[in-house]
Order: sequence, then structure tokens, then C-alpha cells
Amino acid sequence: MTAPVRVPLPQDLGRHFPGDALVRLEGVTKTFPARRGAAPFTALDGIDLAVRRGSVLGVIGRSGAGKSTLIRLVNGLERPTGGRVIVGEAEISRLPEAELRRERRGIGMIFQHFNLLSARTAAGNVALPLEVAGYDRAAIRARVNELLDLVGLTAQRDRYPAELSGGQKQRVGIARALATSPKVLLSDEATSALDPETTRSILDLLARINRELGLTILLITHEMSVIRAISHEVAVLDQGRIAESGDVFEVFTRPQAAITRTFLDHETGRALPPVLAERLRAGQPGEGDSAVLRITFRGPHATDPVLAQLVRDAGIVACILSGTVDEIAGKPFGTLVVSVDGHPEIVARTQGFLRERGLDAEFLGTLPADAWPAPRSETRHVA
Amino acid sequence: MSPEMLRLILQATGDTLTMVAIAAGLGTLFGLPLGVFLATSGRGELLAAPWLNRVLGTVVNATRSTPFIILVVAIIPFTRLIAGTSIGTAAACVPLTVAATPFIARLVEGAIREVDGGLVEAARAFGASPLQIVLKVLIPEALPGIVLGLTLAVVSLLGFSAMVGAVGGGGLGDLGIRYGYQRFMPEMMLAVVVVLIVLVQAVQTLGDRLARRLNKRLRHG
Repeated sequence: MTAPVRVPLPQDLGRHFPGDALVRLEGVTKTFPARRGAAPFTALDGIDLAVRRGSVLGVIGRSGAGKSTLIRLVNGLERPTGGRVIVGEAEISRLPEAELRRERRGIGMIFQHFNLLSARTAAGNVALPLEVAGYDRAAIRARVNELLDLVGLTAQRDRYPAELSGGQKQRVGIARALATSPKVLLSDEATSALDPETTRSILDLLARINRELGLTILLITHEMSVIRAISHEVAVLDQGRIAESGDVFEVFTRPQAAITRTFLDHETGRALPPVLAERLRAGQPGEGDSAVLRITFRGPHATDPVLAQLVRDAGIVACILSGTVDEIAGKPFGTLVVSVDGHPEIVARTQGFLRERGLDAEFLGTLPADAWPAPRSETRHVA
Repeated sequence: MSPEMLRLILQATGDTLTMVAIAAGLGTLFGLPLGVFLATSGRGELLAAPWLNRVLGTVVNATRSTPFIILVVAIIPFTRLIAGTSIGTAAACVPLTVAATPFIARLVEGAIREVDGGLVEAARAFGASPLQIVLKVLIPEALPGIVLGLTLAVVSLLGFSAMVGAVGGGGLGDLGIRYGYQRFMPEMMLAVVVVLIVLVQAVQTLGDRLARRLNKRLRHG
């Protein structure tokens, strides 16, 4: 698991401020026409999305969810069937090709497979967008040196891509994307072809660029760990629609859509250990059974000693079945799966006790008495 | 081997090299853009012009499917128009070029199509125009393949040039037929074959070496 990169969040982070959105998708639909033997395919269906200036927005989805199409709409590599795509002041979705080319200099893009020219050195690849934009030799030279320094590849400037590692290639890709000083960077699964350690260093670099250059980043990925490492906001894409979106911490700690939960299960310790999962039954516990609760610790309460308080103040014993404490978007976050005596009153009191302290306690199911010993609370028949 | 024979062989080798060089040069001049166009003008491609693509593709195929010796005879009026005559080494360059152009175009097309589509997408993403993509991405990236294709074309032209002897084109093929075959001089035939083998080897070796040097896709020390 990739450890999170700390990205200080602006104080006003929260809901979108449409006026401050650098990239906006409004009711965007993309349908690919029917081809021989295949019906028309709707890749995106009524997408509304805003990327705030200076923020990092991550779009997560399974393969085929429409992520690639979505990101390609932003720089006009694809045209929407309906709706509008706006970057800064330009309505990308309506620009003629020649003007679009000029706008694209303000929109950098990096790719999963780097897409570097094999016949050009690292420096040559970074120089290419500048040559295309018509910079003079001296300006290109100065800018290339500056960019290679930024991504830490000064020593590799004369190497060809075949002589570079995956991480180094992506650094060249990043330098190339930044060459024309874009206002937004599009990242198309930029770390999906890299090993975890290299992924981390590339994400660190992107976070640093976001922080130091104030560059707005729109990234697509299929990995929650990428979102969690550098995104401020997240949009979950499922079958061409946005299932859920918002502040990363909110979405990670209170996922609403089923698809989001699936993504999160392996990422935030939400998945139950198999030994537990296979014994868990749906429905209310009977006599001698235990109830399984998932306590979610968010923000300021993440470090409270609630289990000790539960015993001391309510006389209820809870057994820890699994748990993690983690950090998301710079804020602490924990999940604890516990079992308590399955008596309805005990369960209700436990949930009430936790809720009073601002913690969620979700009832997950029942562990039958013959499968798992239930914790006995002394106060069972007292209250 | 008599000095006379040596003089004839040198003369013929010079003629052959001249014809091949002119045909390869002009063939590349016409075939390279044609090949690039064929590779990029299909439906939904960079310079999309599917109708023109199909017409040119058909013309290229028609030319390539005509046996060279028939092509030489069939285009005599055209040869006369261009070269002023249909006989001799200069005139022979016309059918050789006509044959080389579609051949080179197809080889270039193949090399261009080998270029990873992701590179074109990246170039579009940073604002390159179709022409810039062709000149700065497609051709440089396809260059090792193009060089190997041109090598193949030159080797084929050496073979074709032997046939233009049929219309008084001169060169090594003509020498081999007239002296080696018709005058029963097996040593002349042998000499011609040896010179051709040496030429083909030299061309292929040079082409391979150049393509390898241009190919940066492999790690080298």
C-alpha cells in the first residue's frame, strides 16, 4: 500500500465554487457511432464535473467506465456528442481544430505508457512541444534545462527513452507536459505501468508540482491509492455516469455509492478478514450470538480511546475483530470492526454511546454462538 | 579477362548504378510523401481523405501488379514524353522510377504504420499540427524502417535494371544477356553475376548498418 503524500489542503476546500472552476464539464455526453455488428456505445452520459483552480481532482473507475474518454474531452482529443467542455475561458468542445491546437499548449498531458519518441533523447522529447510552439533555439535550451532540473533528470538529458527506467520515462513525460507552462495537467493512468515505489515517487512529484507551481491536475486512475495520495477531490465514474463525487476525505470515510465501497474495501481496511466474513450471517443476533459493528473514526475523534470508555462508562465489552488507522488527505481516519454481546439492548446502547461521541457504528451482521464466542458484558441484565 | 571486357563491365556497372541511383532517388522523392499519405489518410486518421486514399491505393496496386517487363513496354509513349526517347540509359530511368515509386510508397506506409499511435496522440495533445506530426514524429520514428525499406527497394531496382536491357537500357543485365548469353561468353556472365552479388551485399550491409544506428529503441552501451 502506498503511504499517503501530505498535501496541505486550502482552508476553503469543500464544495465546488463554479466561479473558480478551471475545467468544467457540463452535461457532457459521448456516444460512439455504431460500427459493423456493434450497437452505438454511450461512453459518457450526462457528466457534470468541475476542477477547481489549483486543486487535484481524481476520477476513479473500472476499465470501460469512460475515464479515458472523459480525460480526452478536456483537451479536445475527443469531441462530446452533447454538453460543453470548458477550460479557462475557452469552450474546448466548440473550438475549430486550429484554435484548439493553440489551447492545447495550455493543457499538458501525461500517459500510462509515457508515449515518448524513441528517436529523441530525454532533452529532445522535452523540447518537442516547444519546437512545435515555435520557440527559438536559445529559449528552448533554457526551458528544457529548467524542466529537466525540476523533474530531477539533468544527468539523463542525453539518454534515449530505451536507456531510461519507467519512472525516469514518466519524469520526461511530465517535463514534456509542463514545457509550454500549461494551466492544467491531465494524467491518464500515469502510474499504472509503474511499480509501487516508483508510483510513489511520481505521485510525490505531481503533488509537489501542484503545490509549488499551483498547477491544476485532473487525473484518472483505477486505483484508490492514487486518489488518496494526491487528490483533494474525487469523482467516482461508473458506466459513464458519476456515481459520487466530493472531498476525498468525505467520500473515503462516508462512501454513499456501492461502487465506491467496492473500490474502498481494499484500500481503507473496510474489507473483513476472510475468517470473519465467512462466519458472518445477515439478520439480528439471537441468544448467545454476537453482533458485529464497524466503528468509523473520522477527523478529531480518530484518536479517542472509545473502547476503554465503552467498558468504563457503559460496562460493555467489545472484542476487536479487525482494524486499521490511517491517514486520508492529511486527516487521520480509522476503522474498527468489533463484536459485542448480541442482546438487542446491548447493541442499541453501544451504538448510542458511540453516536454520542460523533462516531458511526454500522451494524454488519451476526456471528452465531457456535461459530464465534460472544463477549459477555457484566451489565447485561443490570440496565 | 581482357582489358576490353573489363572496360565493358566498368561501363555497365556505372550505367546500372546511375539508373538505380536516379530511380531510387526519384522513387523516394515521390514514394515517401505518397507512402506517408497512404498511411495517414484512412478514415478517422490524421490527414483523413478516405476517398483519395482508396484511389491512390488502387493505382499503387495496379502499378505493382504489372510485371516490370510489361510496364516498361506499356509506358513507352510516356517514357518518350519525359526522356525524349525510349532507348538508352536515361530513358530506362523512367520505367524504373515508375516501378520504384509505388513499391517505396508501400514500404514507407508499412514503416509509418508501425509507429505507436500513442505518439501521435501525445503530439496532438501538446498542440502539434498534422504536418508537424508527420515531420517531427512519424518520419523520425519510422526512419529505421524506412531505411530498411529503401534498402530493399534498391536491391529490387538492381534486379529490375537488368530487364531494361530489353529496351536498350544498358547496364549489367544487358551486358550479361548480350555477351554472356548471345555471344556464348560464360566468363562475362559470371563476371556480371559476381558484380551484382557484390553490389547487393554492399547495399544491404550499408542499409542494415544505417538502420541499426538510427534505431534508438534498443539499448546500446
